[in-house]
Amino acid sequence: MKVSIYRYNPETDREPTMKEYEVDTQGKDLMVLDILALVKEQDESMSYRRSCREGVCGSDGMNMNGKNGLACITPLSQVAPGVLEGKKPLILRPLPGLPVIRDLVVDMGMFYNQYEKVQPFLQNSTPAPAIERLQTPEDRAKLDGLYECILCACCSTSCPSFWWNPDKFLGPAALLQSYRFLADSRDTATEERLSKLDDPFSLFRCHGIMNCVSVCPKGLNPTRAIGHIRSMLLERGI
Amino acid sequence: MVTSVTSLGRNGLYDWLIQRVSAVIIGVYLIGMLGYLMVAGDLDYGSWKALMGSVCMQIANTLLVVSVAAHTWVGLWGVTTDYLTSLTFGKAATGVRLIAQLAIALALVVYLLWGLVLIWGGA
Repeated sequence: MKVSIYRYNPETDREPTMKEYEVDTQGKDLMVLDILALVKEQDESMSYRRSCREGVCGSDGMNMNGKNGLACITPLSQVAPGVLEGKKPLILRPLPGLPVIRDLVVDMGMFYNQYEKVQPFLQNSTPAPAIERLQTPEDRAKLDGLYECILCACCSTSCPSFWWNPDKFLGPAALLQSYRFLADSRDTATEERLSKLDDPFSLFRCHGIMNCVSVCPKGLNPTRAIGHIRSMLLERGI
Repeated sequence: MVTSVTSLGRNGLYDWLIQRVSAVIIGVYLIGMLGYLMVAGDLDYGSWKALMGSVCMQIANTLLVVSVAAHTWVGLWGVTTDYLTSLTFGKAATGVRLIAQLAIALALVVYLLWGLVLIWGGA
């Protein structure tokens, strides 16, 4: 099958190019990460990130035939119709909107900056109990669908609002994490957290197009979390 | 927090609410007007003028004109701050954005005043 990979080394290349490779899959429905390993055998200069190879670390987020996802848990048959059969090439590009360090490796700095802004840690102003802060099973259940995020950046880099304003719009991943702590019964910084979100950009640049939901490899729903934050802001502001 | 002096309410929640409320007003007006046109039958100048001259329609038209202006500003402000940025215009972005926003604001003020004159001007 044909594999077309985005190649760019800012130190030597004037502009990015797409390089074609021929890979023999022996008809197997391999994961995209396996294809990258086969390409790497042919061309050691091709760079990409990977670590756990099972959808837990979030290192190998990339754009596959136009859709973001994790290469390690995306089989060829799910990339696009015709890719597995070899009728269409597998096209791999880095996550859109982030500066390219080299080939499929992007600089996640802007993404992490936004994550840092939402203060993704528990804040509680009451005296610490002797053992631990308890939570009812019902309150704990509110965090389901929020805490599972692995920060792969597939969602934020599929969001046009994040492409245009990556320094002002927090992006779906950071907003999901923001709600994860707003929804936590043990967190007492709700007012401080909300007061940082009611400007025209940080949260309200989300137009609800749900690209984030369609690409999240963990099946999470940042748009719903953003809606919950918006409701909290509305209740607080009216 | 990100601040912005040219957004309508200088606050995301306020802008968001304005856009939703104005959309509802525009929607209700359009549906009401379409319904009226479907049941009114043949309309001549006199009956149309009488309809538009009634206080109820003057208030409805004022609400519509103000809603369209507010809705347009919030929407186009979003468009200008998305696309007319340093990503597309480099160092000239602030100037380009300011000129575009001023042009939009001017057009909307003219539209708003003209609309109000037409609605409340009598004749």
